[in-house]
Amino acid sequence: MPREAMDYDVVIVGGGPSGLSTAIKLKQLDPELNVCLLEKASEIGAHILSGNIFETKALDELFPNWKELNAPVKTKVTKEKFLFLGKTKSLSWPTWLLPSVQKNHKNYIISLANLCRWLAKQAEALGVEIFPGFPASEILYNEDGSVKGVATQDMGIDKEGKQKDNFEPGIDLLGKVTVFAEGCRGHLGKKLIEKFNLDEGKDPQQYGIGFKEIWEIDEKKHEEGMVMHTVGWPLDNNTYGGSFMYHAENKQIFLGYVIGLDYKNPHLSPFDEFQRFKTHPSIKNIIEGGKRISYGARALIEGGLQSLPKMFMPGALLIGCDAGTLNMPKIKGSHTAMKTGMIAADTINYHFKHRDNLSVYEKLFKESWVYKELYRARNVKPSFSWGLILGIIFTGIDQILFRGKLPLTLKHKHADHETLKSANEMPKIDYPKPDGVITFDKTSSVYLTGTNHEDNQPVHLQLKDSNLPISYTLEKFDEPAQRYCPAGVYEIQRENNINKFVINSQNCIHCKTCDIKEPSQNITWVTPEGSGGPKYGNM
Amino acid sequence: MKILVAVKRVIDYNVRVRVKEDGSGVVTENIKMSSNPPDDNAIEEAVKIKEAGKATEIIAITVGEEKSQETVRKALAVGADRGILVKVDGIVEPLAVAKVLQKIVDKEKPDLVFMGKQAIDDDCNQTGQMLSALLNWPQATFASKIEIKDKILRVTREIDEGLETIEVNVPAIVTCDLRLNEPRYASLPNIMKAKKKPLEVLSASDLGVDITPRLQQIKVEEPPKRKAGIKVTSVAELVNKLKNEAKVI
Repeated sequence: MPREAMDYDVVIVGGGPSGLSTAIKLKQLDPELNVCLLEKASEIGAHILSGNIFETKALDELFPNWKELNAPVKTKVTKEKFLFLGKTKSLSWPTWLLPSVQKNHKNYIISLANLCRWLAKQAEALGVEIFPGFPASEILYNEDGSVKGVATQDMGIDKEGKQKDNFEPGIDLLGKVTVFAEGCRGHLGKKLIEKFNLDEGKDPQQYGIGFKEIWEIDEKKHEEGMVMHTVGWPLDNNTYGGSFMYHAENKQIFLGYVIGLDYKNPHLSPFDEFQRFKTHPSIKNIIEGGKRISYGARALIEGGLQSLPKMFMPGALLIGCDAGTLNMPKIKGSHTAMKTGMIAADTINYHFKHRDNLSVYEKLFKESWVYKELYRARNVKPSFSWGLILGIIFTGIDQILFRGKLPLTLKHKHADHETLKSANEMPKIDYPKPDGVITFDKTSSVYLTGTNHEDNQPVHLQLKDSNLPISYTLEKFDEPAQRYCPAGVYEIQRENNINKFVINSQNCIHCKTCDIKEPSQNITWVTPEGSGGPKYGNM
Repeated sequence: MKILVAVKRVIDYNVRVRVKEDGSGVVTENIKMSSNPPDDNAIEEAVKIKEAGKATEIIAITVGEEKSQETVRKALAVGADRGILVKVDGIVEPLAVAKVLQKIVDKEKPDLVFMGKQAIDDDCNQTGQMLSALLNWPQATFASKIEIKDKILRVTREIDEGLETIEVNVPAIVTCDLRLNEPRYASLPNIMKAKKKPLEVLSASDLGVDITPRLQQIKVEEPPKRKAGIKVTSVAELVNKLKNEAKVI
């Protein structure tokens, strides 16, 4: 049966800050354009997870009157702390000694999910057609090889791939230009990078996994507007990562942890490191007596300029974290994602007016403040491959003395899936058992995400070689998927003395870590049936 | 034959519901809302009946806040012909909803009224039954199979003992069980078309219905946490614990 097709001027894949900004800017530039936006989550915001300290620069440009429009950007940062943690002690770093990129006094503590919901409302008011619950599962190409659009996922396919009674075929959404804004490690973005060699001459991309919990805490311990970052314990000197704690509105704190996915020890469990981190006295004291109300995790993209692929190709643009525009020393990607989305709109507008190809994106991007920011930030992340202490010393010199203008560019040497050492070379880590009060297990955590996938559908975590997890990855790395997955999707079960690799794909919270970290790149994340995945509230 | 289908916007069944700190209700802000699942079955059944040529029009109705329009639009996207939103703010009790529906039935003169057997938010399971009493129409509740023969409905009901089959005369009220059918997906083109289908917005006062709650909600609280289980090492220990600690044998 041929699929139905719908024509648009611009098709946008992904309803995060970058895609929504493209949609809004396009309609601001030309209200006549037909623009549609696809989102795999059941509603805009439900798959968004971010810290988030928000720099308003891009929002100021997109909606100079955002305050009057009641954008959910309310809590100004009023106080900052930066701690080095030892096992029980902590050392507070004076904020005047922080590089200016890490100072947040003009920024806001926000829920990015709520900002996206607000942006979606503005976009719809401008006439953008938003379709939540419709993942783009396939890229469509013209005969000349240029991108023609995307196809949405078929609905109502059973485990064996057969059509169920309620089968509903996907739709071809054809755009004069298609904009890919899927966020970090988008599954279509990954294919585009490969097909058009967009990363030619670039360093391997770098990723991290970020966790976030929302806690409601005791009024007396809550300081609205306070933000705190930590480095050090429980991670060793060679593992890149740190925590954040943001005191938001309504006695809530956003508590999170980020770990670079270039970690070497296959026994490391990012989830358990985060849980253990909360037992540090300087954290425990604050959350004790409070209640955890949300949990989630998502991979983030950290490679910066050295790893940033070309963002234009025939018929399409790749923007935001789908390309990788997060500013690592700032630990912020929302404002850069929004700005790259707005540049995409400028590019498309120029393209329609001058019948030019999309290469003007490169020029507009290089002239923009995003590029300048990313250029100055470029050496921070790679310097941490020398360890925390040398990384901090270098970053101090690079960011405070030279403001990112050192005439050298450090390289990222390895992709994250190449960094694991074999299990028998590395120490096992004995994580404490969760107490159910401060620390939790994965099951009760995943329950809070509201994630679900229709049971009778093909597994959306595909193995290239189904024997590899047992025959190689378990043997050599003690199957790290059991530990790096923040949702307990992967398990090794032992039945009659035979090991079995089990994929509980229903639990998946769409973080994409497996697709990134699997040592043989054996796991491919593809879109499940529409609306599947977490139902995050104000993450 | 005309079918009126009542639908409700509720917190999505996957979302972990959280009680407000002051015990005045549950948190609904920035929470994923969906149509009440058995209402989806009610719409699906109506659409199937229409597709079989036994119904001419399907009207989807909801009683709720402005945003409940989404739920009506979803019903329109899967096959309802037009929609009605009776706009109200705050809690509406089943009796108030039944009275609103009674007025709409008087106005629209449907032959059948379908709805879910209960809403998953308050789990009342009352509206259909109350409407049946108000209209003095027969009711077939917890329907898992519906057959139509002229002006008679043969309905299989899910009851504690198993299945019960009854016949009711049209006009009638049917409340639908999840086993009734498998709701279809709304396709993109149909979602687009649904945006253009007529949706009438009314208020309870337009209909002359008093929707003031008759019940006073005193407090909402979370169920007590279950204690963690323990592992016993022998049957003797189990028996001992059941006898002396749990005191159940």
